[in-house]
Amino acid sequence: MRCFAVAAAMTFAVGNTQAQVGQPANNKPIAVQSTNTPVTQKTIAVVGAKIYSGEGDPIENGTVIVIDDKIKAVGKDIAVPAGAEVIQAKGAVVTPGFVDAITHVGLAEIDLEKSANDESDSKGDDRIRAAYRAVDAFNPESTVIAVTRLGGITSVGVVPSGGVIAGLSAWADLTGKGASDALTNTSLAVHVYLSAGSDPQGGSRGAIVRAVREAFDDARFFQKNKSAWERNQSRPFSAGRLDLETLSLTFGASGAGAKKTQPKVPVVFHADKASTILSALSVAQEFNLTPIIAGGAEAWKVRTTLAKAKVPVIVNPIQPGPDSFDTLGTRDNNAALLHEAGVPVIISTGETHNSRKLRQLAGNAVRAGLPHSAAITSITKTPAEAFGMGEKYGTLKDGKWANLVIWSGDPLELSTKVTTLFIRGKKVPLVSRQTELLKKYRVARQ
Amino acid sequence: MKRTLLLAIGALFTACASTPPPIQTPQMPQPTPVLPPPPWDRPSIAQGLELPVPLGPLVVIRNGTLLLATGRRITRGTLVLDKGKIAAVLDGDVPAPAGAVVIDATGKYVTPGLIDTHSHLGVYPMPGAAAHQDVNEMVAPVTAHAQAADAFWPQDPGIERAVAGGVTAMQVLPGSGNLIGGRAVTVKLRPGLSSRAMHFRDAPDGLKMACGENPKRVYGEKKQAPMTRMGNLALQRNAFLSAKKLEREWEKWAENETRRLQKEGKKRQDFEAKRAHRERQKNLCNSSVPPESCEQWAKEWEKPLDEPESSDPIEKPPRDPGLETLIAAMHGKVLVHVHCYRADDMLNMLALSDEMGFRVKSFHHALEAYKIRNELASRGGIGVSTWADWWGFKLESYDGIPENAALVHEAGARAIIHSDSSEGIQRLNQEAAKALAAGIAAGVSITEDDAIRWITVQPAWALGVDSKTGTLEVGKDADVVLWDKNPFSVYASAEKVWVDGVLVHDKTVAKPPWSDFEVGQENGEIDAVETPQRGQKQ
Repeated sequence: MRCFAVAAAMTFAVGNTQAQVGQPANNKPIAVQSTNTPVTQKTIAVVGAKIYSGEGDPIENGTVIVIDDKIKAVGKDIAVPAGAEVIQAKGAVVTPGFVDAITHVGLAEIDLEKSANDESDSKGDDRIRAAYRAVDAFNPESTVIAVTRLGGITSVGVVPSGGVIAGLSAWADLTGKGASDALTNTSLAVHVYLSAGSDPQGGSRGAIVRAVREAFDDARFFQKNKSAWERNQSRPFSAGRLDLETLSLTFGASGAGAKKTQPKVPVVFHADKASTILSALSVAQEFNLTPIIAGGAEAWKVRTTLAKAKVPVIVNPIQPGPDSFDTLGTRDNNAALLHEAGVPVIISTGETHNSRKLRQLAGNAVRAGLPHSAAITSITKTPAEAFGMGEKYGTLKDGKWANLVIWSGDPLELSTKVTTLFIRGKKVPLVSRQTELLKKYRVARQ
Repeated sequence: MKRTLLLAIGALFTACASTPPPIQTPQMPQPTPVLPPPPWDRPSIAQGLELPVPLGPLVVIRNGTLLLATGRRITRGTLVLDKGKIAAVLDGDVPAPAGAVVIDATGKYVTPGLIDTHSHLGVYPMPGAAAHQDVNEMVAPVTAHAQAADAFWPQDPGIERAVAGGVTAMQVLPGSGNLIGGRAVTVKLRPGLSSRAMHFRDAPDGLKMACGENPKRVYGEKKQAPMTRMGNLALQRNAFLSAKKLEREWEKWAENETRRLQKEGKKRQDFEAKRAHRERQKNLCNSSVPPESCEQWAKEWEKPLDEPESSDPIEKPPRDPGLETLIAAMHGKVLVHVHCYRADDMLNMLALSDEMGFRVKSFHHALEAYKIRNELASRGGIGVSTWADWWGFKLESYDGIPENAALVHEAGARAIIHSDSSEGIQRLNQEAAKALAAGIAAGVSITEDDAIRWITVQPAWALGVDSKTGTLEVGKDADVVLWDKNPFSVYASAEKVWVDGVLVHDKTVAKPPWSDFEVGQENGEIDAVETPQRGQKQ
């Protein structure tokens, strides 16, 4: 295991199409590429690993074949194509790149520094800021991105905060490239914050729900009566035009005259209190939205309802307890109870700088009763599917992006580390500003 | 022998002399008067107000892996707890004495109770609410007179959850909004109705100070001092200078009062001597053979011999609990804990401590300690209380790296993993595990037996209680955790926790909550409404 780790560290390269030959401690070459490989296509075979594909039981001693930026095949008895770069991963574990669905990665470089934080619209006390788009502020050069990758995370939800409706999130692959490359969905979800204290105008929970209902109602009216609005023959709205346009995305249809139904942009209701979750579901039903619950500290109390409605719930398994009047019913086995009831469970940090803790959170959910395989699914397949990204992300399957991670052991265990990480088939160097600082100050003791 | 002889001669002389002894006052050396201790002398404001500690029964924990936190482990050992203390630490199995509670720890781990140098539980309690903001007295940048013990709410639901994470003692501090936030108090995590009831017996209080961004932001935004790091240090210096002034007043008072008491003592001594002398003369004159000088002596006796007038005590310096706390800090009675992130901030604080004559017991957060680890190590004892991976939430935390604790440890300074968080305190073992893993990955030569010390004996040292807790050694308090797995695993839970030998947490037994706040809160399923259907996915 350790030999492998050393070798993997020696062979990383970004977008390298050359053969990688490492010399591990056991003196066996671990990566070989034959000379007659066509330069236009790069094939990588990870062999001998325990593979968690993102769903179901792990495959022992399995193989993953990657061609260019996609996964080609995953399984137990898969022939390694001639010319493939072979990565011996015996004793190692392979997973899809983890997904942290709710983060502010790329928006906040330093939380408390206004000039280095674009997490929020920060505009007075507006409640409705739906048109605030993560894509407009996403900084691909944030040092947080590389730090996050070292936690085995290859994609994050880039989520705005602030106000009752904070804006439109984006799905970011942690490529370190600009928005056009990194953000594969810039209309990921609309984020609605329902907990007490979310209202910049100081309204109660009821006032918050009323504001949300009014905004969606205005959006519906706006969508149907756009031309009237343009002729200045419409009613006054509680939000701006762009906000209403954005909210319209959650209805699916792109306009009154649209022939084709667009996929609905989901609405993430950030809500912890059981009664607030039910209010969110009721708003979702009223406007025929596709809801996702985030926070969900008390979601276990309404798990039957959530399961019946197939509403995914994003939880934080290390929610410390009744730390607000919204979270009095916090339980450490929330994720386990939801899973058991059939609710699609997503584990997320809701963090920026410590999104890398995602696997620790999943490990804690397992500690509290969530099956290990379900914990892996909750940070791979389920978030990808809940946000409509399942076609390309979330599991190791033919045709999906080759976002995968090779681990020195159980990915949820604290002593385990990432040894190799691929994003869209490219090995990404396991370095960050933090590893550079370490290098600068690391003088081994004599 | 010689002494006896002299006494005998004296007795003979007294009995037979015909000439009386000359009148003179004996010049006995004055004993130094004992002054009452100054108010800053008490190491903890909770001292003397504690309730009796219940001591646990005889408990024998068999066949567990004992992480002793001495740098050693016993892979199959026996731990005996008795009357609140660790009574035996044995390699191998021993027959349990009759009447003992026997616990089979086969496949399990036993460690000392975990200790957190940095908690705001009880002063910034759950649930977060306006009424619960008792952590930062942000009306003035120096509030050394504020005391966490006075705000600590023992019903904080976070306390029981910390115990469930294996924590048996913690320091509760005021926040870092102020340059000098006030006194911290160290408590043991057993149920109690006040900070005094939970006070760690004989633990000194801490003094909370803060460097860097927080104080200057809090007051700078109000256009008050401090607005800059310059102001931070200047005001801290001023505070200690004021304390020194008060200390000099106390010294002056002590000098003057001593002199007065000595003078008074001298007068009293003279008076007593004169009176005794007259008595002696009278006795002689009443004897069968009165001396000739009795007549002359009698004239002297007629003169009045008045009791010496007592002088008024010199007025003590005015009470000033804030400055008294700073004096106590300079005397090492109260231990100084400084919230500080940047290397330069820490070095500047050390310069101030040298100048003012106090000792920093532990830096807290200390994300850049790795940059100055040799300096910290060379000073002998400075604790570095830090996290495994927090960074980036403010500019001064931008250079945090996960290897910080391991590098500090490697340099020979004291690494401590602290929480500063109601979540982190529930998983100090996991935080230590991450810091350990990062260190190992960076090539630092460290083991679990080093890392367990980061959350046990090193924090105990920083809180001044390492002679009482922090390791599995005979004679120490029976603050012990039984883990169901290796505590460095993410899957491990504290199965049982003892404080002073009393079982305070048992994962296998459901009990009513410690916190009165949680009693009677509805905690069941509330599904009762019509199930909303999710149109698209039906």
